[in-house]
Amino acid sequence: MSQPHVALLVTCLVDLFRPSVGFAAVKLLERAGCRVDVPRQTCCGQPAYNQGDRADAVLIARQTIAAFAGYDYVVAPSGSCAGMLRKHYPALFDEASAEGAAARDLAARTFELISFLTDVRGIDAVEASLAARATYHDSCSGLRELGIREQPRRLLASVRGLQLDELPNAEVCCGFGGTFCVKYPEISTRMVSDKVADIEATGADLVLAGDLGCLMNIAGRLKRQGSRVEARHVAEVLAGDLDAPPIAAAR
Amino acid sequence: MQPTSLAFKQNAHRALADPALQQALGFARTGFQQKRADAAARLPEFEALRDAAKAIKDHTLAHLDLYLEAFERKVVEQGGKVHWARDDAEARAIVLRLCREAGARSVTKSKSMIAEEIGLNEALEAAGIARVETDLGEYIVQLAGQTPSHILAPAIHMTKSQVSQLFAKHHGTPPLDEPEALLGEARRVLRQRYFEADVGITGANFLVAETGSIVLVTNEGNAELTQGLPTTHIAIASIDKLVPTLDDACTLLRVLARSATGQEFSAYTTFLTGPRRAADLDGPKSFHVVLLDNGRSAMIGTELQDMLRCIRCGACMNHCPVYLATGGHAYGWVYPGPMGAVLTPSFIGIEQGRHLPSASTFCGRCEQVCPMRIPLPRMMRYWREQHFAGPSSPPVQRYATRLWAFAAKRAWLYQPAARLIVALLGAMGRRTGRFRRLPLAGGWTVSRDLPAPQGKTFQSRWRARPASRP
Repeated sequence: MSQPHVALLVTCLVDLFRPSVGFAAVKLLERAGCRVDVPRQTCCGQPAYNQGDRADAVLIARQTIAAFAGYDYVVAPSGSCAGMLRKHYPALFDEASAEGAAARDLAARTFELISFLTDVRGIDAVEASLAARATYHDSCSGLRELGIREQPRRLLASVRGLQLDELPNAEVCCGFGGTFCVKYPEISTRMVSDKVADIEATGADLVLAGDLGCLMNIAGRLKRQGSRVEARHVAEVLAGDLDAPPIAAAR
Repeated sequence: MQPTSLAFKQNAHRALADPALQQALGFARTGFQQKRADAAARLPEFEALRDAAKAIKDHTLAHLDLYLEAFERKVVEQGGKVHWARDDAEARAIVLRLCREAGARSVTKSKSMIAEEIGLNEALEAAGIARVETDLGEYIVQLAGQTPSHILAPAIHMTKSQVSQLFAKHHGTPPLDEPEALLGEARRVLRQRYFEADVGITGANFLVAETGSIVLVTNEGNAELTQGLPTTHIAIASIDKLVPTLDDACTLLRVLARSATGQEFSAYTTFLTGPRRAADLDGPKSFHVVLLDNGRSAMIGTELQDMLRCIRCGACMNHCPVYLATGGHAYGWVYPGPMGAVLTPSFIGIEQGRHLPSASTFCGRCEQVCPMRIPLPRMMRYWREQHFAGPSSPPVQRYATRLWAFAAKRAWLYQPAARLIVALLGAMGRRTGRFRRLPLAGGWTVSRDLPAPQGKTFQSRWRARPASRP
């Protein structure tokens, strides 16, 4: 497989809120020797699945499985959405059915962007530079569903000028949790406030993560508190795509 | 216990605004997590031990009927008695009858969540039987007229100074600052009560089918004094506490203490088999085990069966960001934290318990640390599905989800709609890059700014890119 054919699972948050992350992902994948396509897509169905709307989750999964058939790999700039395809799609269908087999086939081809670059494409350094002090937030699904921890740190270490300080309590959720953050705003606020305090304590001026859900939550709280800490998706820094203003920042 | 789980949001609101509670929970967070992590790291075979522990419970649950009968046979052989309770009312009635038969005026009790589950404390009080809790945390909770907020550390919601005030009020002691002094004071009062009690009531951490033994684990030695000094010992336990052999119990004990408190072994681990024999120096004359079902056998063979592996170590709540924000009382019934989010709907119904499985980010730390590898998020999702399909599902949420899903299933509808909304919001938020307020987004903007979209969807920009690309 000299030039693997990769389908980008854009993720609905990147599609709607921050296309620059999608373009950064495409750039990184192309630099890693992949041919990238973007099949027509909506959302992976995780919001329905987590709300208990299994019937709709199944229907949306079926449509995603069809849209991403035939590609060597499916790559998402999100641990959460990649986790949905990898870990949860197979559980939505009867194991013995053809659909179950198709879901498992998709699951085996699906990866989160950064771990795909390191673990599948063997990338261990990027051509990028950024003079900043940064800290990295592990998303829960990336960390615990997909075992992503060291990969983004390794690639970030190769960014010239970037100093990476470890975030205390890195294993703790930021309080986003999809609809959780609007259904239980007070608890979510407490969680994101703790997270933001830990971020501030590092002295970093930039917080990075691999999931836009966490990042919007964290950036939104940082801004509300008047913090000077900026937030970006890790792909933007690794691709050297810093033209877009940081998340929730003015143009 | 009258559940207040339906008022979870209000309970959580109060808890978040309670500075003493927040201070107390802060201590819990740092203590429990680090101790468990250190204990796990010190034991190279810890992960393998978890697998072994899980396998033991899976095997037991698959043959529970056989092991329960074997356990009863062994208890009877040793001279004890087993009482079967289908539900909480039967269990209460059995314990009260046994207390009456023993002529009990006062009972000592060591910590038992089953006692909370069946409402035993209220029943004893109503029957005019004095009850003294002998676990320090339970004793504090009893003095305060409260219920436990954690299955291991019942008074974890209280600060040292609150306990000091409580003792001053009830014992007339001067204010005590040191934990040792508080412990000494409780010990002084409790010591006499042990000798006065006619009946000792304990829970059981494990029931051993092979020998008819019950296993009790404490760090205070209070369970031993509770069961050994009175003439009658009643152990109340749910049927999922069963293990086949003593070896199995030992395997589970090795993961229990490490997962719970980070200890290699609890300070006191006692295997009790039958009442006092002729040659024994001490021990109760009569020994009773009350076995409670209360809905557990109905969980076998369902999506919820894995929950019956739970050994009540509390690791799930010690690592749960929601529990650590609200404390245990917010959950509104006996079992808090992730295990409570699964068990509460199982026992009091999803209508009453519906908030608990919903109030989770699915961060997965509970499953990560559960020594029995119980897929807690998966089971919370199961309850969400039951609730979504059920009568109490809020129509607004249901319709919003369905409307969103309707569009998400139709790219021809979703994409133009998305382009329109994104263009509108992008233009509105163009200057500041964020919104401080937005209609229908109050849950978000109450405490956070909402990042503004960049103005075009990725897919529209991708499809409009120059044709130079393949």
